[in-house]
Amino acid sequence: MYNYTEFDKSFLAERNAQFRAQVERRIAGALTEDEFKPLRLMNGLYLQLHAYMLRVAIPYGTLNSAQMRQLALLAEKWDKGYGHFTTRQNIQYNWPKLRDVPDMLDALAEVGLHAIQTSGNTIRNVTADHFAGAAADEIADPRPYAELIRQWSTDHPEFQFLGRKFKIAVTGASEDRAVIKAHDIGLQLVRQNEQTGFRVLVGGGLGRTPMIGKVVRDFLPEADLLPYLEAILSVYNLLGRRDNKYKARIKITVHENGIETIRALTEERFARIRPSFSGVDQDLLPGIAAQFATPSFKSADTAGFTAAYAADPVFQSWVDTNTAPHKAEDYAIVSISLKAHGATPGDATAQQMRVMADLAHRYAHDELRISHEQNVILPHVHTSDLAAIHAALRDHGLATANIGLISDIIACPGMDYCALATARSIPIAQEIATRFEELQIEHDIGQLKIKISGCINACGHHHVGHIGILGLDRAGVENYQITLGGDATETASIGERAGPGFSADEIIPAIERLVYAYLDLRENPEETFLQAYRRLGLDPFKSALYPAAAVAAE
Amino acid sequence: MPRAFTPKVVTANHLLEGDVIYLTAQDGWTRDLAQAEVLTDEADAQLRLLFAEQQPTTVVGAYLADVTPGTTGPEPAHFREDFRRKGPSNYAHGKQEAERHV
Ligand code: HEM
Ligand code: SF4
Repeated sequence: MYNYTEFDKSFLAERNAQFRAQVERRIAGALTEDEFKPLRLMNGLYLQLHAYMLRVAIPYGTLNSAQMRQLALLAEKWDKGYGHFTTRQNIQYNWPKLRDVPDMLDALAEVGLHAIQTSGNTIRNVTADHFAGAAADEIADPRPYAELIRQWSTDHPEFQFLGRKFKIAVTGASEDRAVIKAHDIGLQLVRQNEQTGFRVLVGGGLGRTPMIGKVVRDFLPEADLLPYLEAILSVYNLLGRRDNKYKARIKITVHENGIETIRALTEERFARIRPSFSGVDQDLLPGIAAQFATPSFKSADTAGFTAAYAADPVFQSWVDTNTAPHKAEDYAIVSISLKAHGATPGDATAQQMRVMADLAHRYAHDELRISHEQNVILPHVHTSDLAAIHAALRDHGLATANIGLISDIIACPGMDYCALATARSIPIAQEIATRFEELQIEHDIGQLKIKISGCINACGHHHVGHIGILGLDRAGVENYQITLGGDATETASIGERAGPGFSADEIIPAIERLVYAYLDLRENPEETFLQAYRRLGLDPFKSALYPAAAVAAE
Repeated sequence: MPRAFTPKVVTANHLLEGDVIYLTAQDGWTRDLAQAEVLTDEADAQLRLLFAEQQPTTVVGAYLADVTPGTTGPEPAHFREDFRRKGPSNYAHGKQEAERHV
């Protein structure tokens, strides 16, 4: 766990005092809304449909139990008893009052949390593989680098007013769980000739013009990370378009200029600024890395686990579905599903947060992670503790065994909360999950990722869902467009539009037809939806979505 | 022929509470759409909007929203305004939770 330094603490305290004064001045009328808005956005405070919304950064998705308990306290004291975990590894509170926000920020600062750079045209919260430091397939823990980037980018004077927001994701594993190909910059730790470095991707992004990131550097030595990032950002800052907000992201800069040009300019800039990096950052790195040291793992008798696994089919199904291989012997990574069938994806009550904090404290080396898939992870769990954890989770509605399945849906807040939305997304997620729970076929369907956004901004990652759903407003009625074949992993692809959209009433039956078509079409139960789609293409799925009878009747 | 003017209400978010409010004919604010002043004339609507914008310590982001006059007061013309009037659909929070006046 990274512990903030005295510098961080006084920086936060000063920043919060500043914002408190700004809020006072806004309330007194000394600041207009036009003056106040950029200030509140810099501190994570949005105004949504029904209320303000406070977005709190969870750097690289890592939390300790004290921080999780504090998030619960905020939910209870200043919100409506719950919080919403997002695809950006943040938490959002949907109901704060303006006067309370400075107190909320102070409470967060007590545990080293804040809302800085969760908004605005800055480098946003750096995200990382949620299995970082635990995954069996990892070269190294990516979080020390994410933390280094955080320190470098926070309040960096050159990058406070970029052409547009800028998102960086890091992974240390070959299996990409951090969606690095859909980020402005994606970093993958790789080893070459005994040396650690990065494969650097640039120009990925979702939104209205989705793009898959391209490799700008195959191998970047570890020590060159910050100057190289700075070089990319400088090139973007100069070359990126500022005439049109919709063309301002680096993905457009890369697309319009070509990756070769971007590479050449970046390398040129890099060569120029590299000498000015004295290596202070590299001196910092070991200190940072030490704070992410692997916990001292225990060894314990696993006979109890083996017996419980054999005896209890509910426990067995949860272990099979919600745990992943850990690098240490007899350890597992536990994913706690925030996707109970029919519940709002990503929401957790204050009580659930406390239960998860307690479990982390008691059994999981005090660590929790927030995944971009809107679930909570206990990264280090000895298998002998799994049964006790499962029992505690079950008592609090947290033991749904559906990680990676059709009901483990990413959904953005949509028109239920978001001022930019064109349609709702949450109820569609709720209905799909409820329907497939009724049908009792989700384990048979296997790996299937549905991702839903309530507008073209694509916060719900619909472009990279195996099935993507985009909510639109068609002549004053909610309408849902389906894309197929998207993929958020190392084999990333953008989904293809299947055809005309569906009304809110038609969308659930349409998804059902699609899934039954897949079950008929797959070669065997091991062939996933995505594999079947890649083998067969759009046509057979399209016929299922738009049966001739329905077309003729129109 | 001039295009028919769709009736409107002035709506905004409350500065302190952040919730949805509507301008009344008495120059006050209400949290209940049914109590809102219905504006049927374009010039008048613009004047009322200006009036709202001159209250920066009460309201944020005032704008004109289309409504359909009904027997119990104006009804939202678009589903977005319907959600703003009621609250989210996943929890009974927001206006559906409590009716109060400013
Ligand atoms: C509720 C207030 C929100 C607002 C106003 C908002 C606004 C936006 C906008 C305008 C974009 C498009 C950016 C572009 O293409 O340049 C965007 C993208 C995105 N947002 Fe949000 N968003 C909100 C909530 C969320 C939530 C809840 C999540 C996480 C679940 C999220 C995660 C993302 C992601 C992952 C993208 C696409 C990645 C990219 O930047 O290309 N946002 N958002
Ligand atoms: S995708 Fe659109 S509706 Fe959903 S949170 Fe983002 S901006 Fe709002």
